[in-house]
Amino acid sequence: MQTFSYTRAETVEDAVRSVAGAGPRTCFIAGGTTLYDLMKLNLETPNKIVDITGLRDLNHIDAGGHSELVFGALARMSDVAAHPQIADEYPAISESLWRAASQQLRNVATLGGNLLQRTRCVYFRGGEPFACNKRDPGSGCAAQQGNDRGHALLGGSSSCVAVYPGDLAVALVAFDAKIDVLGVTGERTIAVEALHREPGTSPNVETTLKSGELILRVRVPKTTMGRASTYHKIRDRESYAFALASAAVALDMDGDTVRDARIAIGGLATRPWRARAAEQVLAGKTLSQRTARQAGDAALHEAKPGRNNSFRIELGARTVADALMIARQRA
Amino acid sequence: MTADEQAADQAARGESERVDVTLTVNGETRSLAIDPRTSLLDLLREHLALTGAKKGCDHGQCGACTVHLDGRRIVSCLMPAVQTDGRAVKTIEALASPNGELHPMQRAFIDHDALQCGYCTPGQIMAAVACVDEGHAGSTEEIREYMSGNICRCGAYVGVVSAIQDAAAKMRRT
Ligand SMILES: Cc1cc2nc3c(=O)[nH]c(=O)nc-3n(C[C@H](O)[C@H](O)[C@H](O)COP(=O)(O)OP(=O)(O)OC[C@H]3O[C@@H](n4cnc5c(N)ncnc54)[C@H](O)[C@@H]3O)c2cc1C
Ligand code: SF4
Ligand code: FES
Ligand code: FES
Repeated sequence: MQTFSYTRAETVEDAVRSVAGAGPRTCFIAGGTTLYDLMKLNLETPNKIVDITGLRDLNHIDAGGHSELVFGALARMSDVAAHPQIADEYPAISESLWRAASQQLRNVATLGGNLLQRTRCVYFRGGEPFACNKRDPGSGCAAQQGNDRGHALLGGSSSCVAVYPGDLAVALVAFDAKIDVLGVTGERTIAVEALHREPGTSPNVETTLKSGELILRVRVPKTTMGRASTYHKIRDRESYAFALASAAVALDMDGDTVRDARIAIGGLATRPWRARAAEQVLAGKTLSQRTARQAGDAALHEAKPGRNNSFRIELGARTVADALMIARQRA
Repeated sequence: MTADEQAADQAARGESERVDVTLTVNGETRSLAIDPRTSLLDLLREHLALTGAKKGCDHGQCGACTVHLDGRRIVSCLMPAVQTDGRAVKTIEALASPNGELHPMQRAFIDHDALQCGYCTPGQIMAAVACVDEGHAGSTEEIREYMSGNICRCGAYVGVVSAIQDAAAKMRRT
């Protein structure tokens, strides 16, 4: 691991000032479960780290407001997952958290860090021997010549097909959540859906954040659809693994008829993926096994399989369909 | 040399500026000047000779290094030790009573044959104690879900689950 200097930020302004303009090798650390892990692999090589975990006013979980849920960027995954009101009124958000990582990691990992976690592409993490445009722009993409079983079917490019691995962001995108970020020029708000970039020709640029911008909080508009929601996650093993396919869905039902549906999918795309075409398939229809499956097919309609991952088209469609039937039970 | 020059000089020699940390480990206050690259796991094992917590993967993937930080279970390999300043760590070494009487979870792991080689066991036990304390040991399914962060290469999982069910009943009584 590279050597680095370590400082603790006292205020949010202090944190932003220390990182903005200090160059690409200065960064924030929150729980460290992504950053420190990648530093051990020499994939992140900061020379200065600013610890933000002492910023107490970013720890809050506020579900009591009129119009929105508000989570401080430093709220821990385990605390948000276990919050009784979130578990009850927004099961998709709670499930996207407790079905991620392990309780040991969730006790440390923060929501802000979670949104910014990096891909688990084995060729990216494997380092040197493998060509990787994300790690070493212009070197190529070993995944597309190699085993792409776990790689993206949606949103990829000839430069990179790495999956965005996070679960929470998928649920947040389904609920039209936003984040507030603080930079040197002040605060701005970004839709979670606009936070992550598709790789295009520059897979090394993963988000729309500017250097030194600090995520302050996540805001989720309140909706009664929250109760009829789920985060359904399919993995190689039953627990403690990243998604092969996942779906966050929420329903507004009028009897058996769908008034409104929200569908986002994870584990299949290069960024959290809102499946609006699938939502439209259901609007005004009776929800049945058949229409749920039609929505699943619509969600994967634009999927472009690689060498070893075409099975995840069927898997993804079924995951969406099953998620809809689970949410239906909660309506 | 100015402080900046000194830091640059240290970096050139592959050394980091030391950082002072003071933490409580198993009830004792410890103050050390450490390289900020040090993980809590390495601090415990290499600096304090507490070798109970094990290094399996060093990447948060196996749970062998599980300890409690301010009463909550964490993987110590992914915790930079500098972030534990002012905090309290508890390791497997402090689980039994000072008189040597085993914690109910330790007793249950023996009674239920919840291990073979034992390498994952300190992590399993620290995770299991927290699993019960959190209220996540209500059913077999819940135990399996909330213990999934602890991998056992020997496959002692069945024994682990029954040990936790047994110990949970005793822990709730005390
Ligand atoms: C073994 C393992 C399994 C996992 N499984 C899953 C899983 O199944 N599903 C899943 O979703 N995740 C999973 N994860 C990922 C885990 O959830 C993330 O590592 C964690 O949420 C990151 O949060 P952190 O606070 O530790 O972030 P850090 O590592 O501290 O930070 C991550 C990045 O975000 C930046 N950052 C952090 N906070 C802010 C902020 N407030 N503003 C601006 N930038 C910030 C940092 O500079 C860094 O670049 C797994 C991780 C491991 C190690
Ligand atoms: S898919 Fe992306 S991250 Fe993986 S090897 Fe190719 S360029 Fe690198
Ligand atoms: S050594 Fe820490 S999780 Fe494996
Ligand atoms: S007892 Fe050997 S790894 Fe678990």
